[in-house]
Amino acid sequence: MNIATDYILALSGVLFVIGVLGVLVRRNAIVIFMSIELMLNSANLALIAFARAMAPAAEALRGHVLVFFVIAVAAAEVAVGLALIVAIFRTKHSIDVDQVSSLQG
Amino acid sequence: MDTRDLISILPLLVLAGWACLLLLIDLFVPRDRKSITAILAAIGISVALVINLMQLGEVRQAFNGMIVLDGFASLLITLFLAVGLIAIAQAYDYIKRRGIERGEYYSLLLFTLCGMLLMATAGDLIVVFLALELLSIPLYVLAGFARPQLESEEAAIKYFLLGAFASGFVVYGIALIFGATGTTALDGIVASFAATQENPVLLLVGSGMILVGLGFKVAVVPFHMWTPDVYHGAPTAVTAFMSVGAKAGGFAALLRVFLAAFPELSAAWAPMAMWIAALTMAWGNIAAIAQKNIKRMLAYSSIAHAGYILMALPAAANPTVAPEALRAVLFYLFGYAITNLGAWGVVVAMEKAEGGGLAIEDYSGLSNRRPGFALAMALFMLSLTGMPPTVGFIGKFYIFRAVIDADLIWLALVGVITSLISAYYYLRVIVVMYMRSGEPETRSESWLNATVWLTGLGTIVFGIVPGPLLALASQSWLSSLVP
Repeated sequence: MNIATDYILALSGVLFVIGVLGVLVRRNAIVIFMSIELMLNSANLALIAFARAMAPAAEALRGHVLVFFVIAVAAAEVAVGLALIVAIFRTKHSIDVDQVSSLQG
Repeated sequence: MDTRDLISILPLLVLAGWACLLLLIDLFVPRDRKSITAILAAIGISVALVINLMQLGEVRQAFNGMIVLDGFASLLITLFLAVGLIAIAQAYDYIKRRGIERGEYYSLLLFTLCGMLLMATAGDLIVVFLALELLSIPLYVLAGFARPQLESEEAAIKYFLLGAFASGFVVYGIALIFGATGTTALDGIVASFAATQENPVLLLVGSGMILVGLGFKVAVVPFHMWTPDVYHGAPTAVTAFMSVGAKAGGFAALLRVFLAAFPELSAAWAPMAMWIAALTMAWGNIAAIAQKNIKRMLAYSSIAHAGYILMALPAAANPTVAPEALRAVLFYLFGYAITNLGAWGVVVAMEKAEGGGLAIEDYSGLSNRRPGFALAMALFMLSLTGMPPTVGFIGKFYIFRAVIDADLIWLALVGVITSLISAYYYLRVIVVMYMRSGEPETRSESWLNATVWLTGLGTIVFGIVPGPLLALASQSWLSSLVP
């Protein structure tokens, strides 16, 4: 079975928009973080779809390489991000970003 | 990969290797003698700086075009490494005073510097993304370094969430550009689009997303919301480093990506950059007026300065003005770095151990207590306003001239008017220091004092004799623009 590239790109676009909306609408730091991961993975999906469409060309490898880098960097971001969320939960006993507002002008 | 490739990124290799080594060495450094780690980190940066200065003036590509070493890159690397040295000198006493002296501080600083170096030399969008993350992730940790103080943790989480959000945009933008042109190499994108003229919409949306993502990093309106909170909450020594280094790193990538990869699309992004620059200058300066806390005031001031620097991007879209605009940007980045690090140095000296001493009112009477510091601070404020004979004036002069030469008179007018507005809040600091009485407590520590004197001297010397630095900046080409 061969799925057309357009469908994969449409799915990736939808996932990206869900991710952006999640960041803008949700107030729980972990859910926001999950939405960011969704954005990164939707980009991965688009990269893979494009790379598959141009498959025999050597340039397609650049897409694959970037996907691996994005996965690795996302893991590094998880490590730092979850550590920060845990740290603020210990101090504040909440990870609602609306309650994290001691800094005001 | 051969030795020539490795030599091209030798400063980066030295820095990255040294940072890893430092993490290990730090384990054997006793808790009360962490200043040893600081000195070792400074030595590592100095070695990288010397290697970089030896490579100054060389133009070549490495790793099949992934890395581009040209005048633009070498000059910015010099700036980043110098900023790193000053940042260590400013943190040396500060983190001791705040009780957050841990050896990782310096390793994280070195890792961030690696990201900045990579940012200046990136010749491929993959490297741009990696550099952006290498610059950002250690900075998230540094912003939260004063854990468990709530303000610092809050700054870190805000910086992290918005920074990661922005990098999501950058990655998706890169994916779209890859789809449109079939490559991620900056020169390949230009060649592919010029050959086929295919998929302009994908390319346009992709470049727009990269502009959004990098716009977050350099803090331009409307992507600036995080800046005042993060600059306020982060430890002051980190803020000083962040406000100069991260901003210059972001602009390095922004200029290279847009001028090297998307010159064909300049009809679309130049107006967008123009409006963003105008909005940034206006909002940054107007919002700064209302601030009572010096860190927040300087945060809005840094937003406004991002607007002045961004003005050069639409000017550089015009090929005949590009060399002039590029020279103006490089000079401005140097001037801004010197002045801003000095101003933050004074703020570091004024901050009390428990976190007080940050209101502008706390500066009353500084001219009696520490006449030298008050004079230096006055100089920095005049330079940020853009008054002669300081480096800030020369920087603004050349930026405005490039903008006028590109026939963007209205943009230059916005710049001049907002500079006038900025005089209000910058001069207020001088008024408070010299005309109000008070007994401010300042910290006098030799390394910190040295950074303030050095940057003060730089502010005035480069303001009176800008020639050598300008000559250096005008030789510092983006290799893709070499005629």
